[in-house]
Amino acid sequence: DDKLLAEPLSHPDFFNVKELFSLKDLFDARVHLGHKKGCRHRFMEPYIFGCRLDQDIIDLDQTMQHLQLALNFTAHIAYRKGIILFVSRKRQFCHLVEGTARDCGEYAHTRYWQGGLLTNSHVQFGSSVRLPDLIIFLSSLNNVFEPHVAIRDAAKMNIPTVGVVDTNCNPCLITYPIPGNDDSPTAMELYCKLFRMTIIRAKDKRRQTEVFNELQ
Amino acid sequence: TLKLICTTTAVQRKNVGASGPEKYTEAFIKKQIEEFNLGKRHLANMMGEDPETFTQEDIDRAIAYLFPSGLFDKQARPMMKHPTEIFPEQRKIQWGEDGRPFHFLFYTGKQSYYSLMHETYEKLLNVQKYQDQLIAQDLPPKKEKKNLAGTRWLTKIELEEMLLEKLSDDDYLRFIQLLQKLMALPCGDTEEKYIEKFSREVPVQLQKVVIEPLKYDERGVAFSTGEGTRKTARATTVVYDNGTGKITVNGVSLLSYFPVLQDREQLLFPFQFLDKVGKHDMVCTVSGGGRSAQAGAIRLASAKALRSFVTEKEVEFMRQAGLLTPDPRVKERKKPGQEGARRKFTWKKR
Repeated sequence: DDKLLAEPLSHPDFFNVKELFSLKDLFDARVHLGHKKGCRHRFMEPYIFGCRLDQDIIDLDQTMQHLQLALNFTAHIAYRKGIILFVSRKRQFCHLVEGTARDCGEYAHTRYWQGGLLTNSHVQFGSSVRLPDLIIFLSSLNNVFEPHVAIRDAAKMNIPTVGVVDTNCNPCLITYPIPGNDDSPTAMELYCKLFRMTIIRAKDKRRQTEVFNELQ
Repeated sequence: TLKLICTTTAVQRKNVGASGPEKYTEAFIKKQIEEFNLGKRHLANMMGEDPETFTQEDIDRAIAYLFPSGLFDKQARPMMKHPTEIFPEQRKIQWGEDGRPFHFLFYTGKQSYYSLMHETYEKLLNVQKYQDQLIAQDLPPKKEKKNLAGTRWLTKIELEEMLLEKLSDDDYLRFIQLLQKLMALPCGDTEEKYIEKFSREVPVQLQKVVIEPLKYDERGVAFSTGEGTRKTARATTVVYDNGTGKITVNGVSLLSYFPVLQDREQLLFPFQFLDKVGKHDMVCTVSGGGRSAQAGAIRLASAKALRSFVTEKEVEFMRQAGLLTPDPRVKERKKPGQEGARRKFTWKKR
């Protein structure tokens, strides 16, 4: 049992997430497009490649590295049977995100976030609830262009977060930020596809190793 | 070594906030049902009756006999009912042994409502895709407008009962708007079945009132009866056709029973309205109430009787004139601390 859990941690890329995406895929899905120069957040300046006709372009090399780290992390969480919660407050992609969560067998929250969901869970749900072990933000702003409350709450409850940060977002409290576009449908579909594939891959690997260990 | 034997409960329990209503697991409810069935058989044996044919009424009688209680509230007395009646139908615990919740939208708080919105939106997308396919094939979209006259959407309370969850007014409105949007598109058959779950039929109000047909006398004269009330007066009338306008009240003629002009005008009103002043004979019996109340009661009774002689349109005119509505005003009770229903005692400054 210990070997089951310790073995993946010895390799840097045990689940081989690098092969799921390439730079060209990211470019075709228009992940590099940011908002205008006036919307730029101060802490996103290291992730921006440049500015053309007032529109910010995100550095895709850095995005590749961050995306690989984030996908690796989610795969490890899914391998250890953790609860993953997809959060996004974009109305156009609400259905897509909920569908992705359902296909993975994980959970989603794309609706109005009630204040005490994480911090007051004893009152909201019951005393013996299990809170999510990872929260994935497919858009880290809410409908009023402010940072989503769940980022702060997850930091308070010691829950690691993975989030797609656009040029107008604050990447500070997110453990694994992924600088990238969160407004285009192609980009969102790409992210959903990537997360779905990593989670399913990690779960299959877990089932295979359990069966393998039982046979031995 | 000294050991603390008695500790207060305040020391044992930390400062945990109030949790919501207790939730039950399915296994707990099943156990309760088994215990209930066993207890029912034991009770039947105790009372000397057959355990196979021991109904709920027998249980109630037996419990009332064995545990007599003088408490006022029936719900406070000892009772033995099937667990489904005692434990309110609420959601049982939503997660399994490993802690993972069953529903994928559990962490939103209102899982059934949001999953309903998700499904409805999916239906909407499917319909739009189907429409696009039809347009691509250059086929005209179906325009069968479903008749919305006799249907209404579910009320908020009915929806709450269906979902077993509390909703806010905004949530309910949003759901209804989504359904209306779905209805507005040229729908396919599958979507109609889905929408039917959320619509109820409204029975047309006017159909309930049945106008009786005319009855015929031994002499061959058509007549019809009517009943009316006003305050404490009750009246029954029989209106005959081919008459001269003769009116008999309690066996006495109209002039002697109602000396006041106002009461006689009240009686005349339905006939005047239908232009049938001298054409009908009327025989009525009336009891209770005072002078005015009896007049009002006979007026209502005669209007009801006249419905059978007249077309439906004129019945509608009568209804709009207020001839067919019983007057709901009754004497208001006197309250303590006041002289009458509304009059207060004289206020004295000192």
